[in-house]
Amino acid sequence: MKLKAALTSVALAGSIAAVSTPAMARDTINIVGSSTVYPFATVVAERFGRNTDFPTPKLESTGSGGGLKLFCEGVGTQHPDITNASRRMKPSEFELCQSNGVKEITEVRIGADGIVIANSKEAAKADFSLKQVFLALAKEVPDPNGGDKLVANPYQKWSDIDSSLPNKAISVMGPPPTSGTRDAFVEIAMQGGCKQYDFIKKMDKSDMKSVCHSMREDGAFIEAGENDNLIVQRLAQDSGTYGVFGYSFLMENSGQIQAATINGVEPTPEAISSEDYPVARSLWFYIKEAHVGVVPGIQEYVAEFTSESTWGDNGYLVDVGLIPSPRNERMEIAKRAKELQPMTGKEL
Amino acid sequence: MTDQRSQAEIVRNSLKRRYRKERRFRMYGMLAIFIALASLAILFADIITKGHTGFVKTTITLDVTLDSDMMYLDDPSDEDQLSMADFVAPLIAALQEHIPEADSAAEKRELGRLIGSYGASEVRNLLKDNPDLLNTTQTIEFLAHDRVSTYVKHADNPRYSVKLSEQQQRWVDELQEKGVIDTSFNDVLFSRGDSREPANAGILGAIVGSLLTMVVTLVIAFPVGIAAAVYLEEFAPQNKITDFIEVNINNLAAVPSIIFGLLGLAVFIGLFGMPRSVPVVGGMVLALMTLPTIIISGRAAIKSVPPSIREAAEGVGASKMQVVLHHVIPLAMPGMLTGSIIGMAQALGETAPLLLIGMVAFIVDVPGGFFDSATVLPVQIYLWASSSEQGFIELASAGIMVLLTFMITMNALAIWLRKRLERRW
Repeated sequence: MKLKAALTSVALAGSIAAVSTPAMARDTINIVGSSTVYPFATVVAERFGRNTDFPTPKLESTGSGGGLKLFCEGVGTQHPDITNASRRMKPSEFELCQSNGVKEITEVRIGADGIVIANSKEAAKADFSLKQVFLALAKEVPDPNGGDKLVANPYQKWSDIDSSLPNKAISVMGPPPTSGTRDAFVEIAMQGGCKQYDFIKKMDKSDMKSVCHSMREDGAFIEAGENDNLIVQRLAQDSGTYGVFGYSFLMENSGQIQAATINGVEPTPEAISSEDYPVARSLWFYIKEAHVGVVPGIQEYVAEFTSESTWGDNGYLVDVGLIPSPRNERMEIAKRAKELQPMTGKEL
Repeated sequence: MTDQRSQAEIVRNSLKRRYRKERRFRMYGMLAIFIALASLAILFADIITKGHTGFVKTTITLDVTLDSDMMYLDDPSDEDQLSMADFVAPLIAALQEHIPEADSAAEKRELGRLIGSYGASEVRNLLKDNPDLLNTTQTIEFLAHDRVSTYVKHADNPRYSVKLSEQQQRWVDELQEKGVIDTSFNDVLFSRGDSREPANAGILGAIVGSLLTMVVTLVIAFPVGIAAAVYLEEFAPQNKITDFIEVNINNLAAVPSIIFGLLGLAVFIGLFGMPRSVPVVGGMVLALMTLPTIIISGRAAIKSVPPSIREAAEGVGASKMQVVLHHVIPLAMPGMLTGSIIGMAQALGETAPLLLIGMVAFIVDVPGGFFDSATVLPVQIYLWASSSEQGFIELASAGIMVLLTFMITMNALAIWLRKRLERRW
């Protein structure tokens, strides 16, 4: 008798919980997305929580692609309010958002970040051209014996590519395909080097992409997960290995590692901002407007992020490694963010 | 006769070889134990050498004059004024009393950077709560900036790179001599949630998150596991269906934990629409993961209750239920508890399934309930280990020590319970 009553009450409680949770209000902002933006966004979130009466937003580092997927899943408090990305939203992702009812999205460009190719300070500093990077890391490269033909990557040592490069085995650690850093690296560095071959440039777009974007899989390029810190540790131990990651990580670990110059340009904040340094990309976040007013604090968080003391030339994000956008651009973006101007999909 | 002697001789001759063989065999065993112990010792030595400094904080104690003109603040109860006021200026002024040489604007800014960014908020909150303190001088202990802390603690350690300018290093040395900068036990670690500044990061949020998650796991897994074990062992008919269930439970114990995370994501979050990152969902997922362990150990414990006890109880007229409730379960309880505690300890160290349900996240506020966003101890360690700031290296190792303490306590409890309650026949 007692047991029966207990069982019924448990079942009842369970079903109430199951039915009532979808409508559950949430007072903490949920943010997902890029591991590159994560160090910046967490600092902003922490300050925001400390200096306002709103709870501190919760941040998950899911990678740009993973974050946009979660973001576009729908409207409702079980879905995130903001997603960070280290690349721009793709048209296909915008479509996905639209079809799941996430209609109004505000886009905010935070600033820039450079992608560096770095190695241990104990080894010699390197200089690469984008073409050399492509030849070292692509799955298929133009035949070294000449002709417009692609062959499986034959280069085992850097010096095989160019005699000016070190006589060491090619070994580069980089981020996995879910990472925005990988997307940007592939699109800017690999494609940049790849397009210097005329016959590849003349290919139709999808063929060209499949050639330029395929990383080699024979062990010379090592996928190291989203954990950039692990790459830094490996580089410090093994002076023959190079690592690919964001500029902010280089800055934090400048005691142990050094960046290679690309086309002779050192990755400095000025060079990245002015795009003299070839492998630079923009960082973004996206706001789900349907959640503004439902989850408290979203507009205030955006205001904190887009204030001059945060992302300005002397803002605290600069200390973490952000490379600010030019001032007039910042002002324009901040204004649009404040008004929550929705994207049309045409700008992508 | 000769035959026998030669056999004895053969045995005698081979004795040496056999002894050698035996000695060698024993050596292999000892070697195996040595390897296991050595790797454990290396692990502990590495964690402790890296992490012991995590339990030390660097503080800057200053006599701060809360001057209203310097802060542009007349009325600390006015929110607007509070948000426009400059709380860094009094800190710099207080530091300047010790370092009079820093008087240019750039030098002042450099000086102010010695204090962590929480310093200004601390002054703000102090004034907000006690408006009377305006225009008085207060002695306040601030946390030093991460870079200062790294310099003070690890100046000679080549693994750390010093990020202070030459000038700042000189100032820090001077302040240390004057006793303004000092180190003490890091109580922040046990009283706060996560932070992006190593000096302000604490593990309390993760400890509370782990406890909340474990409570949910225990409340679900223990009764269900015990009930399943008792039914399967005492009541279930011996047929193909029972066999099938048994095989499946044993298989379930070997399923990689990430699968349970996928299940949790699909069922609890996808189907039931429960929120991400909350201890309730984490606890339910981990309960599913620990269930097989509890069922299997529970069944083993029930099996070890001698049949004579059952038969004696039945002999004096007890019903099946009375036999189970009055005799079998009490006698099997120590074994069941041991199994449950070991299962819980396993769940405490799990991160993979929590990744998918969003408990791997940056959460500053200490969770207050089962539906608040939370992380758990191993996740906190992972997050710190993958942060780029140098101060997190020692914190991650300190976190590992805290987690290991919990684990060892739980396992010791299991051993103690077994010793204390177990009966042998």
